[in-house]
Amino acid sequence: MMSGHSTYQPQSAFMKWMERRLPIAGLVYSSFVSYPTPRNLNYWWTFGGILMFLLGAQLVTGIILVMHYTPHADMAFNSVEHIMRDVNYGWLLRYLHSNGASMFFVAVYIHMARGMYYGSYKEPREVLWILGVILYLLMMATGFLGYTLPWGQMSFWGATVITNFFSAIPLVGESVVTWLWGGYSIGNPTLQRFFSLHYLLPFVIVGVVVLHVWALHMVGQNNPTGVEPQSEKDTVAFTPYATIKDGFMMVCFCLVYAWFVFYVPNYLGHADNYIPANPSVTPTHIVPEWYYLPFYAILRAIPNKLLGVIALFGSIGILAFLPWLDTSRVRSAKYRPLFRQFFWIFILVTVGLGWLGSKPAEGGYVLASRILTFYYFAHFIIILPVLGWVEKTRPLPNSISEAILNEGLPLGASGPAPTATKN
Amino acid sequence: MTATSVEPTRRDFLYIATGTVGAVGAAAALVPLIAQMNPDASTIAAGAPVEVDLTPIAEGQVIKVFWRGAPIFINHRTKKEIEDARKVNVASLPDPQSDEKRVKSGKDQWQVLIGICTHLGCIPLAHSGEYNGYFCPCHGSVYDTSGRIRQGPAPKNLPLPPYKFLFDSKIRIGEEDAAKV
Ligand code: HEM
Ligand code: FES
Repeated sequence: MMSGHSTYQPQSAFMKWMERRLPIAGLVYSSFVSYPTPRNLNYWWTFGGILMFLLGAQLVTGIILVMHYTPHADMAFNSVEHIMRDVNYGWLLRYLHSNGASMFFVAVYIHMARGMYYGSYKEPREVLWILGVILYLLMMATGFLGYTLPWGQMSFWGATVITNFFSAIPLVGESVVTWLWGGYSIGNPTLQRFFSLHYLLPFVIVGVVVLHVWALHMVGQNNPTGVEPQSEKDTVAFTPYATIKDGFMMVCFCLVYAWFVFYVPNYLGHADNYIPANPSVTPTHIVPEWYYLPFYAILRAIPNKLLGVIALFGSIGILAFLPWLDTSRVRSAKYRPLFRQFFWIFILVTVGLGWLGSKPAEGGYVLASRILTFYYFAHFIIILPVLGWVEKTRPLPNSISEAILNEGLPLGASGPAPTATKN
Repeated sequence: MTATSVEPTRRDFLYIATGTVGAVGAAAALVPLIAQMNPDASTIAAGAPVEVDLTPIAEGQVIKVFWRGAPIFINHRTKKEIEDARKVNVASLPDPQSDEKRVKSGKDQWQVLIGICTHLGCIPLAHSGEYNGYFCPCHGSVYDTSGRIRQGPAPKNLPLPPYKFLFDSKIRIGEEDAAKV
């Protein structure tokens, strides 16, 4: 399939000269222009592009924020207020950055759910999927580090709670935490190293994105049928088909992003973070950013510290094993009537955990968190392996084009359907 | 190929020796890279002992002082609080320790604790929770009037800082009584 698409033909003398020395134009052309994409991709496939756009947006706004921000425990809070009040358009850049982080997670959750629904993690896309899990972890780390930078109450206490996860490590836990803090408590040395790492990690993310896309272009995209493209009839060229579709959805997504930035810029944050960090008072209700809430609920559901921390990391780590936990040979939920229901239950359970994570850890909330935590793990460890054996799947189409024809869209009914361009 | 392996040559020895020296060198290079993250000299110096005058603390009052960036609770306990702490069956506690072991002998009313929840580091509220000791709002750990964990996710009792009485109404936090340890 990879060999089927056309190669770049440099036109000008300069590009011919260049192509013999650094074939970068050819690489871009074959990756983003002539690259064959399944012709039946729906809008859920546009979130990869949106994620790349958001990464770029975070880099640009972040690098600008650093020009005005001061990474020091005594000055960080005021420098963020300085950005908000004094710097030209500083309020805009900061709101773009803080809401951009949230949008980044909205997009990644949709992107991951898409992969889970259509079985995109299955053979031969395991490495692609695992690179995605690594990206997700790096994003979580970056978001956490960034959230400490304004040095407000939530920054300080969020950082305290999260770094204390490591104190659960038997024997060396306390020393590890002191080492992470660079002191006996969270303080200026902690803020400065978090700042350094918050600057670094996005570039590590860029590196892993390159690997992710490389792996994607090795194995090709999955598609809503989960059936691999058989011939050129099943694919269309990336440009213009995918570029236009991605571009359209990106604009729609940006409308939502802009709505948050301009109308409710603090809706996803916490008012407590506008109070300067105070090491002598813990806010009465500590909650992490919304995107960590399901995992926070899992942590709190378990009454034992070490096991709670293990469950928290386990709930994310288990995603890496998904390709082997799902034993079904059929990829797409479209042809898996039972899996499809369990998929939606899983989504509801995760959202439910998120809601519970935002509630105080008491009474019925704790009980509910325990039940949902159990279900969360059961989905991966019991339901998915067993489903693969017992589920009666629907017959798969022989090819993507056949699936489209069967859905009542005969070829030629509204003009010839696009096929991969052959220039 | 049969089991008669080739004799190790001098070249093999050189490879292994070079590799070992390289590995040791790389490990040694990691030491400063890792050690720089530990508390620096100024942080350690700022963590020197602090002295606290106990006279202004009324019975039933808890004050907070800072030592090494950590809140230290100094609780002037009432008779009832001391009794409550002593009448429990120590063996039944999650982290068994008698109240006597958690104060200096003869100074039962003075309880000095590091006010950091042993779960994930929040600061518990004094005079609250089911045992009227300390309650951590973060994930609901409940401590008694001795600062011992009774309920919730925290695994351990509130830790005791090293401290000693200089005289009846003054303590120094950050230094243990040499005679007593
Ligand atoms: C993966 C991409 C990134 C994510 C998810 C991210 C996330 C965040 C978050 C959640 C905050 C806290 C915002 C607030 O509440 O004020 C923040 C702050 C900050 N970030 Fe980033 N960030 C990213 C990339 C970058 C980059 C590349 C830089 C610089 C090179 C940067 C520099 C900063 C600075 C200076 C702040 C503090 C100012 C502020 O609080 O608004 N970030 N980041
Ligand atoms: S930090 Fe106190 S209960 Fe979690």
